[in-house]
Amino acid sequence: MNNINIISEFKEKASLVSAVIHEADTIEDSFRIAISLCKKNFIIASPQLDNSNLPLLEKLCIENGITLLKENLRKYTNGIDMGITFADFGIAETGTIVVSSDSEDKRLSTMISEIHVALLYKSNIRATALDMADELSALTSRPSSYTAFITGPSRTADIERVLAIGVHGPIALHVIIIAA
Amino acid sequence: MEKLETIKDYKNRIDNALENQFLRSAMDKFAIAYRESRKNAFAGIDTDTLIAEVAEIKRNAIKNNDKLFEEFKSVAQKNGVHVHLAATANEANEIISKIAKDTGSQKIIKSKSMTAEEIHLNKWLENEGLKVTETDLGEWIVQLRHEGPSHMVMPAIHLSRFQVAELFSGVTGKEQDAEIERLVKVARKELREKFVEADMGITGANFVIADTGTIGLVTNEGNARLVTTLPKVHVVLAGIDKLLPTIKDALTIAKVLPRNATGQKLTSYVTWITGPSEYLGDNSVNYPSQSSMSALSPESTFNKREMHIVLLDNGRRKIASDPDFSQILQCVRCGACANVCPVYRMVGGHTLGYIYIGAIGLITTYFFHGAKNAKNLVQNCTNCGACKAVCAAGIDLPRLIKEVHTKIQDEHGHPLKSLMLGKVLRDRKMFHTLLRIASVAQKPFITTQNISDKDSSPKRVSAEEPLYLRHLPLIFFKEHNFRTLPAITKVPFRDRWKSVKANTKQLKETNKKSLKIGIFSGCVQDFVYPEQLEAGLKVIQRLSSNFNTDNYNEHNNKQLNITLEFPMDQSCCGLPALMMGEKDAAADVAVQNVNAFSEYELDYIVTLCASCASHLKHAVPKLVNNTVAKDFADKVIPFSQFVNQVLSYEKQHIKKFDNNNLPLKYNKITWHSPCHLCRGLGIKDDPKQLIKATGNTFVQAKEEETCCGFGGSFSANFPAISREILNRKLDDVENTGADLLVTECPGCVMQLRGGALNQNRKFKVVHLAELLSVKS
Repeated sequence: MNNINIISEFKEKASLVSAVIHEADTIEDSFRIAISLCKKNFIIASPQLDNSNLPLLEKLCIENGITLLKENLRKYTNGIDMGITFADFGIAETGTIVVSSDSEDKRLSTMISEIHVALLYKSNIRATALDMADELSALTSRPSSYTAFITGPSRTADIERVLAIGVHGPIALHVIIIAA
Repeated sequence: MEKLETIKDYKNRIDNALENQFLRSAMDKFAIAYRESRKNAFAGIDTDTLIAEVAEIKRNAIKNNDKLFEEFKSVAQKNGVHVHLAATANEANEIISKIAKDTGSQKIIKSKSMTAEEIHLNKWLENEGLKVTETDLGEWIVQLRHEGPSHMVMPAIHLSRFQVAELFSGVTGKEQDAEIERLVKVARKELREKFVEADMGITGANFVIADTGTIGLVTNEGNARLVTTLPKVHVVLAGIDKLLPTIKDALTIAKVLPRNATGQKLTSYVTWITGPSEYLGDNSVNYPSQSSMSALSPESTFNKREMHIVLLDNGRRKIASDPDFSQILQCVRCGACANVCPVYRMVGGHTLGYIYIGAIGLITTYFFHGAKNAKNLVQNCTNCGACKAVCAAGIDLPRLIKEVHTKIQDEHGHPLKSLMLGKVLRDRKMFHTLLRIASVAQKPFITTQNISDKDSSPKRVSAEEPLYLRHLPLIFFKEHNFRTLPAITKVPFRDRWKSVKANTKQLKETNKKSLKIGIFSGCVQDFVYPEQLEAGLKVIQRLSSNFNTDNYNEHNNKQLNITLEFPMDQSCCGLPALMMGEKDAAADVAVQNVNAFSEYELDYIVTLCASCASHLKHAVPKLVNNTVAKDFADKVIPFSQFVNQVLSYEKQHIKKFDNNNLPLKYNKITWHSPCHLCRGLGIKDDPKQLIKATGNTFVQAKEEETCCGFGGSFSANFPAISREILNRKLDDVENTGADLLVTECPGCVMQLRGGALNQNRKFKVVHLAELLSVKS
């Protein structure tokens, strides 16, 4: 499968499991898209952002009246409105994102937020999980690592087999594919 | 002590389940929807190859289990995990409650684990005074109801939204609407508090990966992620059968597991955890615990949770060493064997399982929970093979169910009924004498009249020929009256053989290829439906003697000399003995049959009974492990395949010939595929091609490959379930608008014709041979 097909398959498969796909040229663009999904007074969390990216997001939050949390998410288990994290990989065959979430705060931001926004570099999208078994093996062989495959928002069909979105995890998953 | 359930108690539970209208409709909807979503999920994937790959991965992992355990243990310990090996269920329970005590944990949250169900962990921990909360929605619901899961991946599938609403109203002390979205939100809110206050989280593991010391968790709701993130202690409980060499193996299994379980390509979450992850919560309570923490340096435990992995043996190592049963450890717990089981569909998981549900449950209950909990359950199988056909790990489930049945009877005594059956079947002459006596003894109960104009029983050799049991002799009960059972014939096929043989033209033209065909009749066609055999032989004769086209390639010959043989020493195929847990008798009978046919130097052994054919082909070489038996089995061929492929007729022959001679013309004909034909022998198209070749209109019934509910002794043991499966089948047939239902197994004919007559259905039921044969 060529690269264009992999990307379009990723988008198609992710949409099939109710993930919402966006595309951005740069990280800054992707932050803008994320912020555009917010309402005023939203509390959002984005732990583990590095010093080159953090100021961009902080600036956008201030401009839009949004509270940005970077740590101590354990205090917010009642729920936060949005979590923004990077994803390490995408898997086209199932529309899955792979989020290396060793840090507790990063992990929680993907679990307790109502909306999870994942930023994914186009170049990190692979065709199948088996194709990237070596990369996954490297990722998961690190002690104290916590690696999540996330395919769409949290779901259940435990009552009468009727699909319901958002049981214990996010009610919505947005994946922003970054070109650069 | 728990009271042992008798077979009567068990049947009462079955009756209750059958009367539960919500359960029935939920199960039915699921059975149909599952098939469709599974098909979609596997679209574009070579499923058979993938399943074979999974089977191979698991088989090797089981073989190397001890090595994988050592490897995992050493890597995981280096990563800071406490690794425990529990020999028994109680040992595992003790280990886990000790961890709770040592870490000062009071409140425990769990994500779904069948292994925890297996060892009754919740009960144990609650008896220790600990507070345990299940966090998977379905699992929480059944926990609140104080019952077990009724499906391995959909624990609360037996409950309606109204029942859940009532339950949640009680839990929240507030009236809750029976609206699913809302009920899910109630669970989200209620359980979030439990996550936050928990001291310890318990999960299972779908994969335990040796080379990296990683566990893999496959979930949808996201609860397992919170269970492994918020509390300071994480305990993993997993069977040692979950060990795998690498993540690549796990990824291959993950490709099948959700697709087979729920028809999802992948679940919302697959989580890979390698050792204790970062924990930033309150460290004040007994942290780190005193439980053998000394090997770890303080730095390595700083800001880390305490992680334990309890690997459970509980009989698995013994199973692994059994050459035959070791394959049950290949199970990946997808639950698909329940999803497709016709019995599960009627009664649900609480009635078709102890802890583990479905076909695999019928087997593992014996190993994990003892013969006392398995002995009734293991009989509740129609032997339809749907489970084997869908199994993610290629386990030969139906055969192993019968093996367990035999094992239980060998260990705990054979019931008189099955002992006698075994004894009688072993002695062909006695068996046949008894059948002949029965044909006389049934006299007060029989009728010689056709029941209605829909009755497709042919007029038999004389006006006194018994057709049906008018009412059932007292040895049967009222519950068997759902179908009109045929009477035993006055003149069995074996007594007709001489004149049948004399009437067949034995052409001996030298320019023709000769084929020597043995007929295996099976008991039902020999003693109940001899006319089906007579019809079949006519078809074979006619097609071979009229065969003179240029298109016959297989034998490079234009015409065929067919010589027919009917070895008189043949007996019952032995399947009924196996179904009753009488394996030794089945083996004896298999030897008799192999010997009966061995002297004839046959090219093919044709049988018109799909169950006999499948049993002779697959079970006999296992029961009689020698080359003669293998040779015998290789020659066995079902009627439709023989006619369609070996006789390799020209389509117009059947049509041309039959247009003048077809006994009856039908508006529409439909087909019921006997389980042992479509799944047992892989024959799906031959019969339908033959039906179409008659020039009649063929219509496909919904679920044409689903069991009719006969299952030999199954329908005698569980008539109520058999009746309900049959009704569903008859509805599907009637909905096609067909006026003729064709099948290729006398057992199916007995069940389907009996039901159709009893209920005045609008169609007749015949064996394929009867359709193809010339009107006499």
